[in-house]
Amino acid sequence: MTNEMMKVIEQQEQAIDYVEEAQEENGSQFLSFVVGDEEFSVSILKVQEIRAWENPTSLPNSPGYIKGVLNLRGTIVPVMDLRMRFRFKHFEYDATTVIILLKNNYNGKDCLMGCVVDGVSDVFSISESAIREVPDYGSAIDSRFTSGIMTVNNHAVTLLNLENLLNLDLIKHPYAGGNVSNG
Amino acid sequence: MDIDLSQFYQVFFEESFEGLDTMEHELLHLEEDSDRENINTIFRAAHSIKGGSATFNFKEVAEFTHVMETLLDEMREGKRPVEKETVDLLLRSVDCLRGMLNRIQDGEEVGDSHIDLVNYFNELLSNGSSSGSDSPATEVDDSSADSEGEITRWSIHFEPEAYILETGNEPVRMFRELKGYGELTAKANLDKVPDFDELKPESCFMSWDLELDGEVDEDAIKETFEWVEDDCKLEIKPLSSAGGKAKAAKVVSANADETTEENEEEEVQTSNVKNMVPVASEKPAAKAAQKPASTASIRVGIDKVDTLIDLVGELVITQSMLSEVGENFDISKLNLLLSGLGELEQKTRELQESVMRIRMLPIGFVFNRLPRMVRDLSTQLSKKVNLEIKGESTELDKTVMEQIGDPLTHLVRNALDHGIESVDRRIEAGKSETGTLILNAFHQGGNIVIEISDDGAGINPDIIYRKAVEKGLIPDGIEMPREQILSLIMEPGFSTAEVVSDVSGRGVGMDVVKRNINNLGGNVEISSELGKGTTFTIRLPLTLAILDGQLIKVGDETFVLPLVSIIESVPLSMAETSRIAGDMPVYKLHEDYIPIIDLQEEFEIRKNLGASNDGLLAIVEGENRKIALRIDELLGQQQVVIKSLESHYKSIQGVSGATILGDGRVSLILDIVGLSKRASDRTHKKLVA
Repeated sequence: MTNEMMKVIEQQEQAIDYVEEAQEENGSQFLSFVVGDEEFSVSILKVQEIRAWENPTSLPNSPGYIKGVLNLRGTIVPVMDLRMRFRFKHFEYDATTVIILLKNNYNGKDCLMGCVVDGVSDVFSISESAIREVPDYGSAIDSRFTSGIMTVNNHAVTLLNLENLLNLDLIKHPYAGGNVSNG
Repeated sequence: MDIDLSQFYQVFFEESFEGLDTMEHELLHLEEDSDRENINTIFRAAHSIKGGSATFNFKEVAEFTHVMETLLDEMREGKRPVEKETVDLLLRSVDCLRGMLNRIQDGEEVGDSHIDLVNYFNELLSNGSSSGSDSPATEVDDSSADSEGEITRWSIHFEPEAYILETGNEPVRMFRELKGYGELTAKANLDKVPDFDELKPESCFMSWDLELDGEVDEDAIKETFEWVEDDCKLEIKPLSSAGGKAKAAKVVSANADETTEENEEEEVQTSNVKNMVPVASEKPAAKAAQKPASTASIRVGIDKVDTLIDLVGELVITQSMLSEVGENFDISKLNLLLSGLGELEQKTRELQESVMRIRMLPIGFVFNRLPRMVRDLSTQLSKKVNLEIKGESTELDKTVMEQIGDPLTHLVRNALDHGIESVDRRIEAGKSETGTLILNAFHQGGNIVIEISDDGAGINPDIIYRKAVEKGLIPDGIEMPREQILSLIMEPGFSTAEVVSDVSGRGVGMDVVKRNINNLGGNVEISSELGKGTTFTIRLPLTLAILDGQLIKVGDETFVLPLVSIIESVPLSMAETSRIAGDMPVYKLHEDYIPIIDLQEEFEIRKNLGASNDGLLAIVEGENRKIALRIDELLGQQQVVIKSLESHYKSIQGVSGATILGDGRVSLILDIVGLSKRASDRTHKKLVA
């Protein structure tokens, strides 16, 4: 009786190991999206949800890339336009413009930030080892915001560094509280 | 069958803490009017704590409350007078009990802080009355203080057999018990202690000569040694008779230390004996500790719950009526539908109000912890203070209440320390010896107002002014109205107390008070008359969650102004505006000029093409400062639910939060104080630059 149970448990453990190995082989999952002409990606675990574009309520004195705040089922969530954050020149708000709600952590509390992108493209798996470093020269985007490059279907996809991109301290908002300078 | 008692712990703790609060409350009134009912209430509270703790097997608490009860029993039967000392002791016991319960709740050891108090109690009880000598009422005392008690010094020679420790008897414990009878001096005889390599840790090689100073009879001492009688040599001799009745032993004599030298093990144990009576000093430490996973709960009056149930019942009826109408709807039933919907709306609103009322608690919860503090503090400062509390039943939101406690405590401390003068000074000033401190709470409009007024020395605005100039808070020579000068004391880093005392004067505090209250959406006003007293007036919104708002339009954006802050609004075309002091726009309101803030500029809102000159000025007030806001349009008024911007973003000066309007869009709530502050800060910056 006990032996049988032990066998079952062992089998289950093996099965779990197998799944874990399989995950390691396949790597983590990422969501890729289009900003301007380029593709970017974030870990799928950081994505809370994707919403259609709607005009948020603007915040006083906010930097241009902070579009304002949205009502997300009763909580107030800020929205950042990635195209403006990355200093892309041409963009518009149309039918494919979406807001990706990304989870991040600020001073130990979990926060959400809506990020405006031109469109969502794909979900894919890639092993961590296939992520290459970003060459460190001449990019328009602040290098703090990127953490790697990966190749998906023969084109380059930039992995974003959400810790910095969504860090509220790096958002220069005059008259705002926190460790933000009023400059 | 075993029942898991731990599921009831939470209830036990809640009830016990409540009982302790009751005891404290009644004890404070005991001295003024000690009628039997008061003592009965205290007794009942102690008794239920004792019962509960015994049930849950918190032995220390049960034993401790037991001795307390004995004393209370004597008081109840009139055998013991109600005196300051007794009340003090009982108050300390309440603190001690609270500490013990806190520690148990946190899953820590109870510790032995209570043992000293227990001993003190025992001593008091067996001696009849420790402080009895100076009280006329001691005649009714029971017989324990009779002729036998004449002998007040005993010499005890105690020489245990070596195996005494093996029998589970511990000399130190016996000494501690003796200590309960009076002052104990112990001398250890170490002659027989062998060299270290021969020392057997299980054996006792020491003997003691003890001197006990206290009214106790021989039998009681013998009783202490009852268990070891056959395992030791024991000699008990009276030393002297009836000296001056020693007042309750406060501190054990330093001689006790002598016993502790040489033998390490012994030292650890006797250290307990050393730090006897000065009691209950460790209780707040445990209090501050984080409690593991105890959820907050509130007590709700049954009437409030009944109202809710009634309302929900009515709501259900309305709902079933509506669904009936909807089932076979034709246009003839339209009126029925409309009235049904109207009813639904009304019921929903009532329901909302009643639910909000559940969070409302009487402010007495906060006020009640102040009398104790006033008592302790006035003793410490040797001032005489009479505390009057009015309007305890005024209700306010629980969240507000939790955060108003500290500021209130601080203001009361300040009033005691700086406000009310010492007895001598008061007599000099021709006032009555006893100062009066009045706490008052009442509702006014949508606010709750709390007043803390003392009849002390008052605040001298000239001193404040000089000090503020000295500290660089204001430029010299500037003209300021009196109230504004007074409110300078709430600026960070301002303290006029000449000496930084234990109580206050470090210049942190008043600014914290102000900030806490501002955070709650309230404000503080100070009025003071030199020599007559000072009044602090705190104004707080009744609830933090809902606000009466005036919707306004600026450019394309809709904002919410708190309705309470609006004084009036005037069309721009009719407003008397001018520019002064190098391009600062001002509006003339009666005799005052108040600065105009153009919200569109201030908030960098995209220009609305049409609007230019036909706007409005909304005159608003916050913290005694008025400003005029240039806006485009006044929209409707409505109650809005306040949401925090900070939950996912940062706070923004001038915006106190956000709300969601009927159409689902977010609208920002303006913060008048913040707005005027950022405008004036900017002016200051300009001046510096």
